[in-house]
Amino acid sequence: MLLALENVSKKVGAEDHIYPLSISLVPGTINVLLGTTKAGKTTLMRLMAGLDKPTEGRVVAGGQDVTGVSVRERDLAMVYQQFINYPSFTVFDNIASPLRIKGVPESEIKKRVTEMAERLHITPYLQRFPAELSGGQQQRTAMARALIKEAGLLLLDEPLVNLDYKLREELRNELTELFSEGKTTVVYATTEPLEALQLGGQVAVLHEGRLLQSGPTLDVFNAPGSIQAARTFSDPPINLMHATLDANGMAQLGGGLVLQLSPEQMQKAAGHKEVELGLRAHSLRLAARYPDDVAIEAEVELAEISGSETYVHVHRGRIALVAQLPGVHDLALGSRCSLYCRPGDLFLYAPDGKLLFAPTLTQAGV
Amino acid sequence: MKTHNNRAWFLILPVILCVAFSAILPLMTIVNYSVQDILGPTQHVFVGTEWFRMVMRDSELHGALYRQMIFSLSVLAIEIPLGILVALTMPAQGWKASMSLVLIALPLLIPWNVVGTIWQIFGRGDIGLLGYAVNHAGISYNYTGDSIDAWVTVLVMDIWHWTPLVVLLCYAGLRAIPDAYYQAAKIDGASRWAVFRFIQLPKLRNVLMIAVLLRFMDSFMIYTEPFVLTGGGPGNATTFLSQYLTQKAVGQFDLGPAAAFSLIYFLIILLFCFVLYNWMQRVGTGDKK
Amino acid sequence: MARIELVDLAHAYRPNPTQPSDYALRPMNMQWDDGGAYALLGPSGCGKTTLLNIISGLLRPSHGRVLFDGKDVTELPPEARNIAQVFQFPVIYDTMTVFDNLAFPLRNRGWKTADINKRVQQVAEMLELSSDLKHRASGLSVDAKQKISLGRGLVRPDVAAVLFDEPLTVIDPHLKWLLRRKLKEIHHELKLSLIYVTHDQVEALTFADKVVVMTQGEVVQAGTAQELFEQPAHTFVGYFIGNPGMNLLPCKINGGAVHIEGSTIPLPPKVSAALDGADGKTTLGIRPEFVECEVEPQPDTTPATVTSVRNLGTHYLAEFRVGEHTIAAKLRQLSAAAGDKVWLRLPAERTLYYVNDKRVA
Repeated sequence: MLLALENVSKKVGAEDHIYPLSISLVPGTINVLLGTTKAGKTTLMRLMAGLDKPTEGRVVAGGQDVTGVSVRERDLAMVYQQFINYPSFTVFDNIASPLRIKGVPESEIKKRVTEMAERLHITPYLQRFPAELSGGQQQRTAMARALIKEAGLLLLDEPLVNLDYKLREELRNELTELFSEGKTTVVYATTEPLEALQLGGQVAVLHEGRLLQSGPTLDVFNAPGSIQAARTFSDPPINLMHATLDANGMAQLGGGLVLQLSPEQMQKAAGHKEVELGLRAHSLRLAARYPDDVAIEAEVELAEISGSETYVHVHRGRIALVAQLPGVHDLALGSRCSLYCRPGDLFLYAPDGKLLFAPTLTQAGV
Repeated sequence: MKTHNNRAWFLILPVILCVAFSAILPLMTIVNYSVQDILGPTQHVFVGTEWFRMVMRDSELHGALYRQMIFSLSVLAIEIPLGILVALTMPAQGWKASMSLVLIALPLLIPWNVVGTIWQIFGRGDIGLLGYAVNHAGISYNYTGDSIDAWVTVLVMDIWHWTPLVVLLCYAGLRAIPDAYYQAAKIDGASRWAVFRFIQLPKLRNVLMIAVLLRFMDSFMIYTEPFVLTGGGPGNATTFLSQYLTQKAVGQFDLGPAAAFSLIYFLIILLFCFVLYNWMQRVGTGDKK
Repeated sequence: MARIELVDLAHAYRPNPTQPSDYALRPMNMQWDDGGAYALLGPSGCGKTTLLNIISGLLRPSHGRVLFDGKDVTELPPEARNIAQVFQFPVIYDTMTVFDNLAFPLRNRGWKTADINKRVQQVAEMLELSSDLKHRASGLSVDAKQKISLGRGLVRPDVAAVLFDEPLTVIDPHLKWLLRRKLKEIHHELKLSLIYVTHDQVEALTFADKVVVMTQGEVVQAGTAQELFEQPAHTFVGYFIGNPGMNLLPCKINGGAVHIEGSTIPLPPKVSAALDGADGKTTLGIRPEFVECEVEPQPDTTPATVTSVRNLGTHYLAEFRVGEHTIAAKLRQLSAAAGDKVWLRLPAERTLYYVNDKRVA
């Protein structure tokens, strides 16, 4: 079901919780809402669900205006952060409850519930009560209950955030599989950029009640339209440096660091003397790989080893950078090191935050 | 734009009608009586605010109001701290917790006029356990003759009757405090008093607000228990506002002044509750956002 | 500063434990050096919080002893152990200002006002809370509140160890970065012993000098991030650490080679000797970071079919099917797509072998 919000805003008292925004949700893919804790993701989801009415604007589902329609009459299902199940029902009855409300015959209920339990790997627990299950199992039950409705719209509000790291990984993989089949429009809210990337689909970046950018996830990641969107959609944090441009396209970053921009970058930055340069952590390397690599000499502040990667925090004068290096690198605190990057990998932003240039992705993970 | 829940209005219509009959219509009648002088079944004269002015000047009313305020404030001053104290000492889990909850709740289950009767007999010098024991111990105690004794007896009765409500509310509030706070306090080396002052009391704020509101409203309107116990006496020593009002309306059949006073009574309670609520909300500012 | 030792430590909920499942914490011995940063890593229910509570004194172990600098503290309550604990959600005194919150432990110990002021300013500076000292603690953001919780622990100069119980759970991802860094800075400056409990391997590995991996009450491996990543001693460690975890494939060892469905890979002689006569479940483990993919058949590669490819911005995550099993790989570049036939190389120096889940080669 195609869901569209047209110029929707939400004010509570004098506070703007959602500034006017319009968004279309695509059926058959995962639509991710990405933003920090108070960005307005839950408020927006509640507006989509019909749990709240927008102060202004319309909500259109499947071509029909459903702005005032109560949530009971809408065709949707929702999964929450806190594992919400009927505590007095067994897992079986929990999953069967939406079907029973619809009046589906018992024999069919049995069949569909067992199928759904299989898909979510909770068949051994069908006769238990939610209080007896672990967090992961409870959340699977909640998801089974939501999926069995085969609703046109499925809303998930940070459903994995209360689960263990590893469990989150596993469920995320399962979710992508579960949602790839079907005509449901899935909306998934999260604070983690990595999760958004893993889920794929479409993303809408929210910040303090405003919609910053929306589009296919990878496109938005590769070309965040504003500095704030770049900040929100990066983990580790994107390196931002202020630079002054001269006529020859040399960017002066201070501290004696000068980078030569490519002709394309110079063209896009024409007319701006001051720019913000953005560099993703994984664009910095310990060794030169390309002919146009530039070395940045810096002092190591901290090296965080996470096994598969090392995050190195360096500074050079006033510039602080984070580099994501593959493998294990034991760099001593205070030691000097050289990090290499291609100026062509730099994002350019105007002083007002607008994107001027985004590097083309010739290969993932340069 | 469709409105939600049209059906809901139909479902509550019966309730609205009942409330209309039992509350709104009588209220309107009261307002009607309060501005008229009823000389006979068919003779009424519109007197405007005369009753209101008369009632405000009535010294007997001032006396009753004064006594009522003392009573309500004393009740709050004793029952709230006592309730918190008892809740703090009750066990948190296990069968002992269930048992103590049941025992504590018993006084709340007794019909109010029976409460009055219990204490009436209990306090009697000849056949009452309390009256007899106190007199026997050398303290002269007679609640029908001595005003102070009557006051003390009424207060003790109310405390016995209603402190359990405060206890139950505070008990529930205490159970809601996560254990980590106590653990952190232990690690910080906090004394028992510090734990109470900085962790338990702040977290009981909402619960205490409800307890104070409830106890204030109920005690301000109290009628049955003191009426059964002392009848308002000796003299009018324990005649509180509601009893005074009833005497006026039913006893003397001064409907006009009684109606006027009813309205004032209603507004006083409303005003106090509003002020109390806002004050308690402000005390906790900084919590939100 | 304290050297912490756990001697024959175990914890069971029932008085006479007989089998492993009766234990919340299986018997263990451990030494933690003074001033080190350690992490207890494991899934929910593995016993890490139990262990932390035993170290802090909130829980008395049913067996064994806890020693701080050689002194037996097993019977001592938390306030006598000179430890500080930071919980999952910020624990602050709502009615007090930030300053009063930080001063609270010192006031309880009868410090003079001038000394308190100095110390609180010092700690507030370290935590970047100096500008908030006069504000009410309840009005601050979550990460600031966690800093206050931490500050209350750091403010006591005699604090021997700071224990953290999943403290970053409620914090947003980019604030997590800042707080993690702050913790490392503080560790560097104050040289306190820090023990950090988490189920998030990135947090554990970046924070700690040494990570203790636990599952079901048992310590499975303790080592540096590099050791745990490159040389997992147990299949659980291989699975739990790494995103995604290690590929674990059941296999058979026969005649100097390992047989996985559909292919045979010859074993180097050292490995073959170690596995000789191995009795039990044999598993081959290789991390997705080390799997190589070729589009043309090469010697010492195994044929596989691509089942899915996902572009995760910084790398590709591909899954391949080898017989009945799935192998995941993290690759910089991939020119194949789902359904293609490819050849996978499993470099011998990165391939590990496990018998009954314990590492053999």
